Amino acid sequence: MKTLPAVDAVIVGGGWAGLLMAKELGARTSLSIVVLERGPSRQPSDYSTDMDELDYAIRLRMMQDLSRETVTLRHDAARRAVPLRQHGAFLPGAGVGGSGEHWNAQVPRFLPDCFELLSKTTQKYGASALPEGHAVRDWGITYDELEPYYTRVDKLLGTSGQAGNIRGKRIGGGNIFEGWRSEGYPTPPTKVPYFAALFRDAAKSLGYHPYPAPSANISQAYTNPDGISRGGCTYCGFCARFGCMVGAKAQPSSLLLPIIQKRQNVSVRTGAWVRRILLDPAPKSAARGVSYVDAAGQEVFQPASLVFLASWTFNNTRLLLLSGIGEPYHPATGRGTLGSNLTHQVTVPSATAFFDRPLNRFMGAGSAGFLLSDYDRDDLDRSSLGFIRGGYFGARGYGFQPIGAFGVLPSSVKATWGSDWKKAAIFYYDRTATIGFAGEHLAYKTNLMDLDPVYKDALGDPLLRLTLDWRDNERKMVGFATPIAVDLARAMGARQINPFPGLGSYDATRYNSTHVQGGTIMGDSPAYSVVSPYLQHWQLPNLFILGGSTFPQNASANPTPTVLAFVYRTADAIVDRYLKHPGPLA
Amino acid sequence: MRRRHFLTLSAATLGGVLVYSLDRKASLLSAQHKPVRIPLRFLTETEALIVAAAASRIFPSDDSGPGAREAGVAVFIDRQLAGSYGRDRFRYTQPPFEDAPDEFGYQGSATPRQIYREGLKGLRGFHHLSPTAQDEALRKIESSLFFSLLRQNTIEGMFCDPIHGGNAGMVGWQLVGFPGPRMSNLEEIEKYYGQAFRPKPLSLRQATGVKVRPSEDES
Repeated sequence: MKTLPAVDAVIVGGGWAGLLMAKELGARTSLSIVVLERGPSRQPSDYSTDMDELDYAIRLRMMQDLSRETVTLRHDAARRAVPLRQHGAFLPGAGVGGSGEHWNAQVPRFLPDCFELLSKTTQKYGASALPEGHAVRDWGITYDELEPYYTRVDKLLGTSGQAGNIRGKRIGGGNIFEGWRSEGYPTPPTKVPYFAALFRDAAKSLGYHPYPAPSANISQAYTNPDGISRGGCTYCGFCARFGCMVGAKAQPSSLLLPIIQKRQNVSVRTGAWVRRILLDPAPKSAARGVSYVDAAGQEVFQPASLVFLASWTFNNTRLLLLSGIGEPYHPATGRGTLGSNLTHQVTVPSATAFFDRPLNRFMGAGSAGFLLSDYDRDDLDRSSLGFIRGGYFGARGYGFQPIGAFGVLPSSVKATWGSDWKKAAIFYYDRTATIGFAGEHLAYKTNLMDLDPVYKDALGDPLLRLTLDWRDNERKMVGFATPIAVDLARAMGARQINPFPGLGSYDATRYNSTHVQGGTIMGDSPAYSVVSPYLQHWQLPNLFILGGSTFPQNASANPTPTVLAFVYRTADAIVDRYLKHPGPLA
Repeated sequence: MRRRHFLTLSAATLGGVLVYSLDRKASLLSAQHKPVRIPLRFLTETEALIVAAAASRIFPSDDSGPGAREAGVAVFIDRQLAGSYGRDRFRYTQPPFEDAPDEFGYQGSATPRQIYREGLKGLRGFHHLSPTAQDEALRKIESSLFFSLLRQNTIEGMFCDPIHGGNAGMVGWQLVGFPGPRMSNLEEIEKYYGQAFRPKPLSLRQATGVKVRPSEDES
């Protein structure tokens, strides 16, 4: 194996988390930094011609190449796992910018009590309120400590929205159930697609508190604190699974890469497939770099004084498992921490509504719409519900394209092909929309990740194995949400409504969200966590792990702003403290 | 090397100009009547005729507008099968292949090419049958993997960008009021609440002025 010249820092993964760390360290220090990205290079100009539904949204051109590596899944430890041979429930991206290039740019924050879920719930409702077999944890940090970093994230992205709580002052029209913000959003809310306007008005008429969805597809021109300017969204409707052709959507390639490319001390190597993190010889108290297969197929060793894993939930966990760093979690004994607390945001189409009037739903944006969080709070009457925590409802005009959207029909239509089907599908094509629900997913002892004993990747390394299923808490929460969404749809004037049939077993074929978390969780003790709240590995202080793999459980909200807030906080701690005195930060 | 196969289609039915009469019935106008011979990349001529006939029963040309025949769905499917999709270039295809419940997704080893080739053997002579007999034959295979692929690929061929060989003349987009890749709806998004806004469709090449290469043309 060829050894490359040593660098100060190596970052595995060139998505949101890795490139934000590269930008922060690269611009604020003179450290030599290499980002290793296994996918292709990307730049905003690539997206001027990508508005092709078939290649991008159906054949999923920007996603990871599963022929080289996928994960395996089983619902419980008693069964054999099988590989997920094609994309389904989640869509991890490949290439520079990662999933941050093809996302919808929905950017809510987590609720304050999410970070202290175990202690707050136990204090309030007693230990028995949490379901049996749960693995819920506190994060070792409070929302108040994180808030300044959330605000930096909003400024980085230029987030569009309407604040509902500025320093404790509730503001009508915003989300009055959200945690406090030190400032309002940098840009005003986006425009409102017709379907979302119907939802907003119906929700108000039913006494709810709808608010414009926070969006990093920005509503107007904005220049961020790094001096990066972009224009406002044009509502073309090609967001999810596409890069933005007008540059209005916040993407790592447009916000972070231009700064990185100007820095002599930072380089991004594409086609670099990292296989192992290498440790110093005994006593194995530090990482000394990573080995990877480069674009030419050569295995090389990149020595580094600091190692960052930022390769998304699955690969962060898998690289530690493959490298033998930390003790794998064993559900039977409760020993070990690596691979525990696998969660996946609970996202369902609670009500699919059919209207008389056309919705013009080709117009829209990935986060243009209205949400309501009246059930995303902890003070509901729990005695009759049978579940804890909650989630938010949303009506977004994403921008719909016809291959994916054609053929969604009221359950009264039985035909699935032929003239009757065609006629109904054409009629309903632009008269159909969905009220979605996104809920918290608690961590359980039985949901975890480890290495698969059978299936291998293209290089012969074991695949990651997910052991994952829904439990009663999620099923009851989803069951609770459905009639609420149906009532909203009726108040919106829907003529026919398909309610969500209910959550059965975890379904790897239905797109849920790309919000899979856990595996290398943070916490205030190495007894149950892999990293500290500074995302620093408990045993190897020069190894940092960035991204949703560090979340002990899944909030109802989408994770990107929280991922980025933690990256900012860790970058500050490294620049201000670690570089002066390398060692544990917590 | 395989013998060259062609699918002969009537230019009068392929694409053309879709017009709506006052009662919203769609009909096709076309000036050309001479046949066009389209070289096939994967299917044989007979297979292509069967695919075309079956796609036409799934998405018929009828009083609710043009269908798979006018959109050129068979041409689309032939190109998809010849390209990376047809050979499962991006699917995980390492053994062992185990049976698993539906929620784990397709676990088989057969590629779309193999599924079509096998499935089409069961529809020998299909293109010579009457529409009623064709529907009967399709009902018999409704629950097969081949049929579900054929149905999905037919929808794709109806509504894809014309660079992929389907949606000829953008007939599919016109059926559902989709304008294609429209660069800006800024002025319209809050203006047409409850009323149909139907801008004239433009293909990706028309909208961008760039000759975009579809993925099936890549090696």
